[in-house]
Amino acid sequence: MTSAFKGKGSLPRLQTSWDLRAACNFIGGGTGTGLLITTALLALFGFPYFWPIVLGLACVGFGLFMVWLEIGRPWRSMNLFFHPETSWMTREGILAIPLFVLGALTLFYYPQSGGSAIAAVIGLIAVGYLYCQAQMLRGAKGIPSWAHPALTPYILMTGLTEGMGLAICFQALANEALFAVFALVLVIRLIAWSRYSQGLQQGGAPQASCAAINNIRAMFLVGGHLLPILLLVAATFITELAVFLVPAAGLLAAAAGWLSKAVIITRAAQTRGFAIPRTPIRGQGAKDMSSQASKQGW
Amino acid sequence: MTRYVMVADLRRCIGCQTCTAACKQANSTPPGVQWRRVVDIEVGEYPNVKRVFLPTGCQHCANPPCEEVCPTKATFKKEDGTVQIDYDLCIGCAYCAVACPYDARFKVEKENFAYGDEPMPHEAQRLNKATIGVAQKCTFCNDVVEAGVASGHKAGEHPDASPACVNSCITGALTFGDKDDPDSQVNQLLEKSEHFRMHEELGTEPGFYYIWDKKNMGDLL
Repeated sequence: MTSAFKGKGSLPRLQTSWDLRAACNFIGGGTGTGLLITTALLALFGFPYFWPIVLGLACVGFGLFMVWLEIGRPWRSMNLFFHPETSWMTREGILAIPLFVLGALTLFYYPQSGGSAIAAVIGLIAVGYLYCQAQMLRGAKGIPSWAHPALTPYILMTGLTEGMGLAICFQALANEALFAVFALVLVIRLIAWSRYSQGLQQGGAPQASCAAINNIRAMFLVGGHLLPILLLVAATFITELAVFLVPAAGLLAAAAGWLSKAVIITRAAQTRGFAIPRTPIRGQGAKDMSSQASKQGW
Repeated sequence: MTRYVMVADLRRCIGCQTCTAACKQANSTPPGVQWRRVVDIEVGEYPNVKRVFLPTGCQHCANPPCEEVCPTKATFKKEDGTVQIDYDLCIGCAYCAVACPYDARFKVEKENFAYGDEPMPHEAQRLNKATIGVAQKCTFCNDVVEAGVASGHKAGEHPDASPACVNSCITGALTFGDKDDPDSQVNQLLEKSEHFRMHEELGTEPGFYYIWDKKNMGDLL
């Protein structure tokens, strides 16, 4: 399209309905559920799970608290449960209940054998909770960068990566198999991010959204992936420093995920703007000009 | 069945914003909130430049994404095809605002007046505290239309059964009515004109039609 379009009113604008408090729900919820999923898996192999579950539930709780602070009528928040038929927000809220109830039960039964079985069930519920979060963004049709289909796998992968990043902080002793799995998860997250970023660039979102995502690309790649992998490799060879290197790798990987979600929610969240496939014919001018479409800011 | 829709004739709209002002007056919306607005778009490159005025607001979709995502069922579809909000159910999560592809929803966190902290007399009289902290948007003046229809008027064809924006439009660019009624003005207009709906590719089935040309007579035969 060769036309230049002006008129600020029709341009996509940055949404302001959800701010950093809403982003914290995705940060806390993603990290918390990722940690619960990882912990549930590790518990099957005999790894301790008490404190990881405490931290995972705390992260999820933090996210829910932050979103509670965001809503306009917080004392009506129980109305949230009224629409499970189609609302992913309701579904997320419903899954939070068994998550916390079973979490409390797991901690109560720790370190008895039943505890790890309940931890496994928590892991399954956490998968559902994380999936609800990813679908919540998918349902936001007014924000193209959220509704983009490639965001769903990214939200799932980064939640898992952030959680795993925290989980390995609890297992800081050198464990090559665990490191290898974490490095693999990091690579998969990077692929998911690249697919999402490319999808936006290829007309999937307004230019301003793409620019916001591009702005963190280098930091995300280096700080969130290359550096953690290097630290894990170093921890494998310099085992006496693993107690410092492994948590650093885990925290860096998690922080990159938090940054990306904060940017996606608060900076890359442009609306669709007002697009028209036709301009009106008012009885003057060439007819072919009337067939022009207007989609500003994309 | 009834399906209330709005038709905006882009050939007629001159961007005077009278509909915007009438909507603000009729619904007493606070500063910064415009349930009805007219977007000013400049299209083309010099010297072939065209200015388009696009009346917009809630499109009262048949498949409203706002209703789908609403966790409380505060947003609901009425049997007349309009999308409404139950202010007493809404928790103000603003999920509907980010789900709406038409940027038609607003949330006002606190009482907000045109001049300073104190309301003007008319603002004090008409302030609806139920709308604070919750989602709000165009209702197609549903209360007025409902009352008008109950009084025996045809929706969109009598001022007492028409939205404020339609009544105020000085060029007759806005038309309101029942699309399921074959004799309604909106149906007749749409039959003889080329029209589109915004962001149709999203599958929202908006109830807001934009006329951009007359229909080729050959198509009508």
